[in-house]
Amino acid sequence: MSSLVIKDLHVAIGEKEIVKGLSLTINSGEVHAVMGPNGTGKSTLAKAIAGHPDYTITQGDVLMGGESILEMETDERARAGLFLAFQYPSEIPGVSIANFLRAAVQARMAEGEELDATGYYKRLYSKMDLLKIDRKFTSRAVNDGFSGGEKKRCEILQMAMLEPKFALMDETDSGLDIDALRIVAEGVNTLRGANLGILLITHYQRLLDYIIPDFVHVMYDGRIVKSGDKSLALELEAKGYDWVKKEFALA
Amino acid sequence: MANIDTLAPDAEQVAENPVAGIDQTRGDFKYDVTYAFDAGIGLNEKTVDYISAVKKEASWIREFRHKALKVFESMPMPTHWATKDLDNIDFTKIRYYLSQGQKPKRTWDEVPDDIKKTFERLGIPEQERKYLAGVEAQFDSEAAYSNIKDIVAKQGVIFVNSTEGLREHPEIFRKFFGKVIPTADNKFSALNSAVFSGGSFIYVPKGVKVAQPLQAYFRINAENFGQFERTLIIADEGAEVTYMEGCTAPKFSTSTLHSAVVELVALKGAKIQYITVQNWSNNVFNLVTKRGVAHEEAEIKWIDCNIGSRLTMKYPGVVLKGRKARGEVISIALANDGQHQDTGAKMIHAADETTSNVVAKSISVGQGRSTYRGIVHIPKHLKGCKNNTECDALLINTNSRTDTYPSITVRGDRNSVQHEASVSRVNEEMIFYMQQRGLTEGQAMSLAVNGFINDLARQFPMEYSVELKRLIDLEMEGSVG
Repeated sequence: MSSLVIKDLHVAIGEKEIVKGLSLTINSGEVHAVMGPNGTGKSTLAKAIAGHPDYTITQGDVLMGGESILEMETDERARAGLFLAFQYPSEIPGVSIANFLRAAVQARMAEGEELDATGYYKRLYSKMDLLKIDRKFTSRAVNDGFSGGEKKRCEILQMAMLEPKFALMDETDSGLDIDALRIVAEGVNTLRGANLGILLITHYQRLLDYIIPDFVHVMYDGRIVKSGDKSLALELEAKGYDWVKKEFALA
Repeated sequence: MANIDTLAPDAEQVAENPVAGIDQTRGDFKYDVTYAFDAGIGLNEKTVDYISAVKKEASWIREFRHKALKVFESMPMPTHWATKDLDNIDFTKIRYYLSQGQKPKRTWDEVPDDIKKTFERLGIPEQERKYLAGVEAQFDSEAAYSNIKDIVAKQGVIFVNSTEGLREHPEIFRKFFGKVIPTADNKFSALNSAVFSGGSFIYVPKGVKVAQPLQAYFRINAENFGQFERTLIIADEGAEVTYMEGCTAPKFSTSTLHSAVVELVALKGAKIQYITVQNWSNNVFNLVTKRGVAHEEAEIKWIDCNIGSRLTMKYPGVVLKGRKARGEVISIALANDGQHQDTGAKMIHAADETTSNVVAKSISVGQGRSTYRGIVHIPKHLKGCKNNTECDALLINTNSRTDTYPSITVRGDRNSVQHEASVSRVNEEMIFYMQQRGLTEGQAMSLAVNGFINDLARQFPMEYSVELKRLIDLEMEGSVG
C-alpha cells in the first residue's frame, strides 16, 4: 500500500495564489472526490501536482510513497506512477495512440531494454477489450479530431496501459453527454482497485452517480472546507454551492 | 584545407549556443588529405581540360564544359533573391576534381568518440561507419551494386555512372543531356556543367517496369561521392523506375561545395520516382538543380528530404510538357543551428489537363532557418490544369525562423489552383501532455516532429522512414534544455 500526501499546499499562477493551504491524503484503493464551484482551484491543484510549468508551488509538499515529488520533472513524476487525466487533452497530429502509448511504455523501461512489440500489442488489445474499445481506435492520431467522449476514452485507455499508482482525474465528466459519461465511468470503475488511488475532480454530482467515491471533499477558495462520505455529494446537490459559500463565509 | 576553417562555424559561437546538440560537432570534422593526382585548387580552363582528359572524353563534351565555364564566370551570384551567405563561397579555394582511389589518411582511432556514437545510435553497420567517417575511401558494396545492375540489365536497363554512360551510350546520352536543365539555367548548373563527375546514368527501355528501386547509395559508395554529380535518367514510353539517392547517416565531407544537376525525362506514359535523403555535415553548401520533363500522361515524383548542410538550395521541378502529365514534389526539410534549408518546388505547366501537387514541410530547430520557395506557372492558353500546394512550417524554439515565398502564376479561367500554408510552433501544452505520460521533453519533441511529417514520411521506402525517425530523434535531442 502506498499513499499520495498533499501537505499544506499553496499554488500560485504568477503572483496570484490559487490554492491556499490544502491538505489531503489518498491511500491506494481509495477514491476521493473533490467538488467545488468553478474557479476554486480544483484544476490548478491537479496540474500543479503533475508539475505544469505555469504553476508555482510556493509552500507545502506533495509526497508519493513517502518521497517528495516536487523536485522531480513532470515526466519523472509520471514514471514514478502519477497520472493526470486531462480536462482538455492535447491533440498530437500524426502520432497514433498505439505509437504514443508504445513510446510511453518504452520510456518506463530501463535504458537499453527493448520493448517486446508482440507482448505490447497483446496487452494493449486486452486493455481495449476490457474497456470495450474498438480495435481501430488506436490507429487514430492521439485526440486529433476526437469528440469529447473519444478524448476521455483515450485518457482512460492510457491510464489502463500505464497502470499508475495514483490518478488525478480532472473534470473527467466535462463536455460529456450522459451515454459518454456512463462509458467513461465504467472504465474508471473497471480500473479501480487495491493498487490505485484516485482523485476525482468534478463540478457536478452526476458523475458520482456512476463512480461511488469513498470520500467527498468540498473545495472552496483554494482550500478544502468540508469532508465527508458520498452523502456529502448528495447534500451539495440538494443545497447547491451557495450553501458552502455561505457556511464558509460564516466560519 | 583552409577553406574548411573559414567556413566552419565559429567555435566560440558554438560553445555559447544554448541549444547546442551533438550535431554541432559534425561540421568540425576535418582532416588532412594528400591527393597525389587532382585538378589542383581553383577553377580555370586548365581545370576543365584536366577533368576531361582524365575521363578520356569526346571533344563535344570538352567543348560543352568549356562553354559552361564561360557561362559560370559571366553569371552573377543570385544574391538579389537568395541568401548573402552564398558570397562566402570562395571558388578559388575549391578542388574541383579528385582522382579516384586516393585514400584519406585517417584511422578509426582518430574519429571523435561522439561521431562514433552517432553512427552507433543510427544503427549504421560497422563497414559503412568507416567509410562515412572518411577512414576508408571505399565502402565494400561493390557486390550489392553489381547484383542490382545484373538484375536490371536482363530487362535492358542501363544503370551506370555518368562517365561510363557518356562513353558507352553516347547516342542516348547526348540526345537528352543538358536539355532539361540548360547550362545557363543558373550559376550552379553552369558550374556543374563545367566540372561534373560522378552521378548516375539510367535508361529504362519502353514498357519496362523496374521492380526494385535503383539505389545510388550502393553505386556511389562503390566509387566515392562526387562533389559535382551529374545524373540523367530516361524512362522510355510506358517505363517505370524508382531511384533512391543518399542516406540518412551524416556524410562528412572534406569539400565545402556540392553542386549536383539531376535531369529526368519521362516519355509518354512513363513514371519516374526520385527519392533523396540527404544529411550533409554543416560546413557544406549544397546547391542542387533538379528538374524533370514529363511527356504525355507521364508522371514524375520527387520525394526529397534535406537534413544538415550549412546552406541547401534545392527546388525540384517538373515541366509538364505533354497532355495529362503529372508532377509531384514531396519535401521535408529540417534546419538545425547554423543551417539554412532553402527548398521548394517548381511546376511548369505547358500542356492541357496537366496536374501538379506540392507538399512541403519544414522544421526549424534552435537557430535553424527554413525557407520555402515555390513556382507554379500555368499560362493562359491552357485548360483543365490543376495545382495543389501545401506548405507547413514547424518552429521548435523561439529563435527558429521560417519564410515562405510562393509564386503562383495562373492565367485564364479554365485552370484551378489551391494553396495552403501554415506556420506553427510546438505547443507547450502538447509537450506537457506527453511529459505527463512519462516521455522526457526531448522524446516529446521528437514525437511531435515525427508526427508533423508522418504523412510524408510514410511515402518514403520503409528503411528510409525508419532511419529518418531515428535521425529526427537525434536532431531533436539538442533542441531542449
